[in-house]
Amino acid sequence: MNGELKVSKIKNGTVIDHITAGMAPAVLKILGIERGCPDTVIVAMNVKSQRLGLKDMVKVENRALAAETVKKIAIIAPQATVNIIKEMNVVEKIHVELPRDLIGIIRCPNRNCITNSSERVVPYLTVESRDPLTMRCHYCESLVEGPAAELLL
Amino acid sequence: MAQRTRFDWRGQDIISIRDLSREQIEDVLNHAQQIRPDPQMLVGKVMASLFFEPSTRTQLSFTTAMHRLGGRVIGFSGTEGTSIVKGESLQDTVRTIERYADVIVMRHPLEGSAQFVADTVTIPVINAGDGANQHPTQTLMDLFTIKKFHQRLDDLKIGLVGDLKYGRTVHSLAIALTRFRKIELRLISPPNLRMPPAILKELAGIVPYSETAELDLRDLDVVYVTRIQKERFPDIEEYEKVRGAYVINLKACEMLKPSAILLHPLPRVDEIAPDVDALPHAKYFDQVQNGVPVRMALLKLVLVGS
Repeated sequence: MNGELKVSKIKNGTVIDHITAGMAPAVLKILGIERGCPDTVIVAMNVKSQRLGLKDMVKVENRALAAETVKKIAIIAPQATVNIIKEMNVVEKIHVELPRDLIGIIRCPNRNCITNSSERVVPYLTVESRDPLTMRCHYCESLVEGPAAELLL
Repeated sequence: MAQRTRFDWRGQDIISIRDLSREQIEDVLNHAQQIRPDPQMLVGKVMASLFFEPSTRTQLSFTTAMHRLGGRVIGFSGTEGTSIVKGESLQDTVRTIERYADVIVMRHPLEGSAQFVADTVTIPVINAGDGANQHPTQTLMDLFTIKKFHQRLDDLKIGLVGDLKYGRTVHSLAIALTRFRKIELRLISPPNLRMPPAILKELAGIVPYSETAELDLRDLDVVYVTRIQKERFPDIEEYEKVRGAYVINLKACEMLKPSAILLHPLPRVDEIAPDVDALPHAKYFDQVQNGVPVRMALLKLVLVGS
């Protein structure tokens, strides 16, 4: 062992790498597999990373990510990379990118916001700053600071 | 006489003071200063006045503003007697009303409702208060009043007094003041009603501010007083103690410099003693009167442009 990460490869599926350390459980939740999944899921937490110091990693067999899912990952892990694996090879590498407008991705924390009322209004936050992450509700102007994983839809 | 402007206001929504630049604020205030009653200006135009919550000053001053420019007003105050009590959504309500009116002026208890309506309808929307969020026309009339008495909106020391935590007028005013130069803010409030961190963050690096619990009115050009509400305190004794400490009475006014002005968004309960009204500093009734020209200017700008 020379400090290298030893994690099994997956044959087909998605590897989400360079996840902010400690955020892997939130990524599992975004993927909807926090309570289990029929396919192979490999989770590594707090492993050494040249770029991040420490990082988390999630590998999921037989899974492609929807664009909305990638946006959600970008909120909690802005440095993450998504690798699409086919027949053991990386066929595509996507650096997640946080869009300016987050529509239907994250809810507003303000209970008195119209998006949390009986009116059917899709939550809409805009990114004001990427580092540090700050988002503002398009409707009620409430400020959300930090990754706010608990607000993800 | 119509004033020239470089902004295209026609059809624009007025939702939040955050949407307005210094130049746009000044443009509205210049129009407000010059506008005069004109029964022809908005003839044939209809303003829908949708007050889902009751209001005295805002609703009546918008109605007055529309009448003075020859326009007509439809609408309601409170939802009783409307289809909203039958469960009609806000979206359907305003989609219907936009077929009848040329502009919507709305007050609604939900924060963000004004932006939602503006996104829904094609006619201009003026926010007359959305919950605890924004009330931009109040802020514009506050700025108009300050400019009227000090002839400037730069280089001012401004004290905000009372409930700085929940009071939307002081939040909006503080944000608006970031557009101007050499402003200093003194934030005077009980510790549990301090200005929220999110607002302080917006001031940081732009408007120097100090926070104090002491009613220190010395050296200020403007003192903006807000009401401290009983329901904000878990303990009635604590409320009584705090309330007394922030009353602007004749003795407190001895601290004011001669040119200082006292403002209050009204309604006042007892945070400014009635005998203060006779002092030359007391400008809160001028402030409320200024709501009419400011709203006349806004209605004119969004309905017919400049």
